[in-house]
Amino acid sequence: MGIQVLTGNYTVALAAKMARVEVVAAYPITPQTSIIEKLAEYIDKGELDATMIRVESEHSALAASFGAAMAGARVFTATSSHGLLYMHEWVHWVGRARIPVVMAIVTRAIAPPWNIWPDHSDFVDQRDAAWIMAMGMDNQEIFDLTLQAFKISEDPRVYLPVMIGLEGFILGHTAMPVDVPDQKLVDEWLGPRRQGFVIDGSEPLAHGNLAWPEDTEEMFMDIQDAMENAKKVIKEVDEDYGKVFGRKYGGLISCYRCEDAKYHVVTMGAWSGDAMEAIDYLREQGYPVGLLRIRFMRPFPDEDVYSVLNNSRGVIVFDRAISYGSMGTLYLDLVGNMLKHTRTLPYIRNIVAGIGGVNITYKDFFNLIKSTIDSLEKGEEPPVFHWYHRR
Amino acid sequence: MGVSRVVPPLPRDMRETVLPGHAACHGCPITMALKVVGAALGKKVILVVPACCTSVVVGAWPGSGFNGSIIHVAFASAAAVASGVAEALARRGINDVHVVAWAGDGGTADIGMASLSGAAERNHNMIYIMYDNEAYMNTGIQRSSATPPGAWTTTTPLGKKEPKKDVARIMIAHGVPYVATASIGYPHDFYAKLKKASKIKGFKFIQLHAPCPTGWRFDPSLTVKIAKLAVETGLWILYEYENGKITLSGPSKPYIDKSKRKPMIEYFKLQGRFKGITEEDIKAIERYVDEAWEWIKKYM
Ligand SMILES: Cc1ncc(C[n+]2csc(CCOP(=O)(O)OP(=O)(O)O)c2C)c(N)n1
Ligand code: SF4
Repeated sequence: MGIQVLTGNYTVALAAKMARVEVVAAYPITPQTSIIEKLAEYIDKGELDATMIRVESEHSALAASFGAAMAGARVFTATSSHGLLYMHEWVHWVGRARIPVVMAIVTRAIAPPWNIWPDHSDFVDQRDAAWIMAMGMDNQEIFDLTLQAFKISEDPRVYLPVMIGLEGFILGHTAMPVDVPDQKLVDEWLGPRRQGFVIDGSEPLAHGNLAWPEDTEEMFMDIQDAMENAKKVIKEVDEDYGKVFGRKYGGLISCYRCEDAKYHVVTMGAWSGDAMEAIDYLREQGYPVGLLRIRFMRPFPDEDVYSVLNNSRGVIVFDRAISYGSMGTLYLDLVGNMLKHTRTLPYIRNIVAGIGGVNITYKDFFNLIKSTIDSLEKGEEPPVFHWYHRR
Repeated sequence: MGVSRVVPPLPRDMRETVLPGHAACHGCPITMALKVVGAALGKKVILVVPACCTSVVVGAWPGSGFNGSIIHVAFASAAAVASGVAEALARRGINDVHVVAWAGDGGTADIGMASLSGAAERNHNMIYIMYDNEAYMNTGIQRSSATPPGAWTTTTPLGKKEPKKDVARIMIAHGVPYVATASIGYPHDFYAKLKKASKIKGFKFIQLHAPCPTGWRFDPSLTVKIAKLAVETGLWILYEYENGKITLSGPSKPYIDKSKRKPMIEYFKLQGRFKGITEEDIKAIERYVDEAWEWIKKYM
């Protein structure tokens, strides 16, 4: 099909269409709305043979998605911010149910005050719900990730739902060229729907009934195993996707100018593009710095992160979400996971920024990274936690 | 003098629907009702059950006391999940499986009301059964909006003050193809209504009056007697709504004539939950019942 100029939201809708989703249940919320509008249009024009359930809330959107998935359909939904929080009970339910589902999260701050601008608060809030969680950096990656999500979710070694995060407006409403593959190729690569069990009345089957603590715990331990498997599957799928479609991203993480880097910046999501630009300028000025981008927040890429950051002279984790009363969410995750592999951590700084949709430019990244490295070079350690507020 | 049976016995296989080992209290209306559901709809049933007594009654993993498919779901979402199941089955061309959302009065009249209303408005092909035991029994007998006035619950220790929410009437207002009330005291009537519902395409709603010995404080041997008394006193009216018209069901027919109704006190006095009921409460209930009958007569 070649290059199309698409907004992030239309990219997601197109990828879901090309994955041949059969049921879409969704509810509008800015900045996600245009995804479901586009899907509704595809369906009504007969371009996509799917059933749209125009539900009355996000709680029902994921509940209906779950029902359709249980009965054997490939399903897709999307939401954002308060929609995601409203559906949170179901996010857990679907994760623990071990049923493949794919959902896009067009990330947005949480109220009050009302604010429709992007940060990652809504997305990271779901991290304990047994979903595989990925964030893309640009619309091409969002397209590729969405297709990959179906493949990962429906892999028998995984059978977990997947959410794809894309920053509201920054990706959601910004048009970029996207290389769209042939439908035939996608069909061949993705194959038909796979799931662990189907409830369709063909034989009596009970799902989710009361279980004793030990049984329950064993089921939850299986989820942890599936997450471990997913690390392998995600890399495999990325490799394979690269072979078929010519694009791969490095699996769970993506590195930019890391090979000879002595200092490292860690980011997730669209603003990584600004960070990369800052790194280019810093490199021009002789700063040996690279960027590690977290593509998958769950399963957390502990080994990959450790192998890149272990010998770093200094790391800055940029967070677009904070766990109030503690620190940036990604930072907390990263430090905990590094400790799985080593007792001696490099200096790791946490800069929280861009909360509530504050625009962070390459200049901000440049200044923050530069000043941190300058201090470290002088033998000073700036405070580990810094909430950067640019007024 | 020999007694002649007016109605044939229910099919024998209803005994196969609820398997030994279920965890219901003695005299529980749920197991009785599920047997009738099994008899009427067969084994090709997918029950969608939100948090409620039934979540426990059907027993613990790896067993199941319900001989059919069952999906347990979060409290507010029986109708929403059933919407998804119904649509996926339809897409797959599976037409011989009944999707049944099965929820308590709390999961229907309160927390589940939005998803119920949404699914009804979209007219998905399912039977929604609200088993109305008039309180949240699973969490220890708390009031719901379907608890009748005057009734004790653990959150209305002095008796509920507000009237009972009329869910069947709310569902009629949705204009769905079929709405019925039923009672566990009249399994043949319930059976016939399920049979009819199973032949209609679209959204069907049945509100089943289900006296609960544990929550209503009566002897487990009295479930059926109390269920019948609710009908005989005119308190619970059995009817069907189809094509804009209400039809009174057999068991309730005599009681359109107020003089034929048994005194309400006979119903109240058997139940511990009405121990503290006042004259005023009874008057309010009588008014409420009269209004309900008037409303029904208007649409007959
Ligand atoms: C969101 C949520 N809130 C509260 C509960 C706790 N809860 C479980 S069952 C129940 C009451 C169910 O009452 P009802 O629907 O009338 O069914 P019954 O127990 O009477 O069968 C409640 C409050 C829950 N499971 N989920
Ligand atoms: S509390 Fe009532 S409805 Fe619940 S299981 Fe016991 S008898 Fe049945």
